[in-house]
Amino acid sequence: MSKKDDLPFEASLVELKKRIEELRNDAENTPGLKELLSSMQEKGNEVEKQLYENLSPWNTVEVARHPKRPQTRDYIDLMLDEFVELHGDRQFRDDLSIVTGLAQIGSHRVMLVGQHKGRDVTERHQCHAGCPHPEGYWKSLRKMRIAEQFGLPVVCLIDTKGAYPGIGSEERGVAIAIAENMRDMSKLKVPVVCVIIGEGGSGGALGLGVGNRILMLRHAYYSVISPEGCASILWRDGNKKAAAAGVLKLTSRDLQGFGLIDEIVDEPLGGAHRNPQVMAATLRAAIIRNLDELSRLSPTQLAQERYEKFRAYGRFTVEKNPPELPEFRDEESIPDEEEGDVA
Amino acid sequence: MALFGWEGLKKLGLRPQTPNVEAGTGPATKCESCGEILLKKTLENNLWVCPSCDHHHRITAWERVQVTLDEDSFEENDANLASVDPLDFRGAKSYKNKLEEAFKATGMISAMVGGVGQLRGRDVAFGVTDSRFIMGSMGSVVGEKIARLAERAIDRRLPLIMVSGSGGGARMYEGLFSLMQMAKTSAAIGRLGDAGLPFISVCTDCTMAGVWASWAALGDIIIAEPRALIGFTGPRVIKTTINCELPEGFQLSEFLLAHGQVDMIVHRYELRDRIAAAFDIMLGKTPEAAAAEK
Ligand SMILES: [Zn+2]
Repeated sequence: MSKKDDLPFEASLVELKKRIEELRNDAENTPGLKELLSSMQEKGNEVEKQLYENLSPWNTVEVARHPKRPQTRDYIDLMLDEFVELHGDRQFRDDLSIVTGLAQIGSHRVMLVGQHKGRDVTERHQCHAGCPHPEGYWKSLRKMRIAEQFGLPVVCLIDTKGAYPGIGSEERGVAIAIAENMRDMSKLKVPVVCVIIGEGGSGGALGLGVGNRILMLRHAYYSVISPEGCASILWRDGNKKAAAAGVLKLTSRDLQGFGLIDEIVDEPLGGAHRNPQVMAATLRAAIIRNLDELSRLSPTQLAQERYEKFRAYGRFTVEKNPPELPEFRDEESIPDEEEGDVA
Repeated sequence: MALFGWEGLKKLGLRPQTPNVEAGTGPATKCESCGEILLKKTLENNLWVCPSCDHHHRITAWERVQVTLDEDSFEENDANLASVDPLDFRGAKSYKNKLEEAFKATGMISAMVGGVGQLRGRDVAFGVTDSRFIMGSMGSVVGEKIARLAERAIDRRLPLIMVSGSGGGARMYEGLFSLMQMAKTSAAIGRLGDAGLPFISVCTDCTMAGVWASWAALGDIIIAEPRALIGFTGPRVIKTTINCELPEGFQLSEFLLAHGQVDMIVHRYELRDRIAAAFDIMLGKTPEAAAAEK
């Protein structure tokens, strides 16, 4: 890891690690320092562990967005036994922000559908930084239908800031594409396992997010709106994103508490980017375990279970004495927020 | 030339639900689009469409029931579902403040009215979101009401009509609970389709974000009111993100029609008749419907 990979909140940890490195160099020539070195290393690990166990919501978002964080194509390389990439939606073009293909993971033959942001400038440009256009969702649904045809489970890796905000995206109906994906994913007669591996950005994420099991990497986030968008609505100030990240309750721990995700997948110390190999091995085991469990259900049970899971989401109350509805038309109540900022 | 106002209605052989009374006095209001001063009564009798410029004003959920369904035919369901504050949300205003404000402004405890009624003698399940209630945004209550309405439509073998006035998308104040309503309502609409029942989605100004990206986009037929703003990402956000000018009429109904995203644009005067005609062909005309037209 190079220096520029460290995040601002890691400053004191970075300082400590620097001192440990210096000590390591000295220790090579001075045998008496060895004990001190090992105790310092222990302390360093403990500090890092504490730091990552108590990440603030905004720090979580920073880790989830880390440029070196493993992405779908990394997991394809590190986690799968075989991958046959399948391109295109057969309608408009190949949206590279979503990678799809046939895959072998352990004993399971699956269809992999994963959002990919791009790992260097060229790739990021090709992938629109992981923001899918409608054709990305068309491509995904097409491959999911093929999966269903051959009885293959679907594994979705979710990592996007959101669907692409642009003219072509709107012209070709990105909203309709997301809606149709959700509707049709809810009916698939094969197991569907979804994993939020980085950013779970609103509707753009949920368009691949209707699964029997929803897993989340520990430092990923999943939210109805970006912290920046929320801050600009609440305080008219996008810089209050850290406060917004707090009120949105977007961390894996919060969401597991709400019962909106099924499982948190542990990350290596210091985040997935510190050790992609270990991360991929942990995720592979979690996916295989969930596929093992789901393989016991019949096609009809899989669709039914998935429907009921999403049908049950929501919190509300029943008012015993609902207020009388007025006959008047209120001219004064004008919406005070920008339209269309959310999801 | 377009036919506006009561005279135009008569020429088209249509009539608004409320009989037209050209009262000479009464409270006045101003057209939001052309600025024409109008009697409130005149505007109301014109289904809140400006007689001068044809601007379709936003209307409340109950006004929508009134202009769409047969008089006194509507029975509301699940009226007592109310929001809770699952995130204990505190921003510049708390979610509880927002809900209280919305209640004071509308007299409603949620952004949606749903139930069963008749449209030109045809039994229908009908729901509408109210743009005044936190911008018609969808939280757990709206999502639950839509899912229940779709299930009721399946149980009673009714076609479903939903009218969206939801500029607010998924309601931020309920966090991921709101986002999940997109999947929940989409799945429920999917089951309606599997049951062989039609769903007509009517998108009015504005229908945005998480609502346009879920149930509103899933109509077997999607109808837009003229010049309604319908889109996923708000125009301001798109403009700042891509940093270029947006085309003329971007995200308005006419733009969506030209790009194949909606089936038709229907004037408010004609909405009931177009829906009735579509249902009659999709489902076959019932004797009750034929009788209601006599
Ligand atoms: Zn006017």
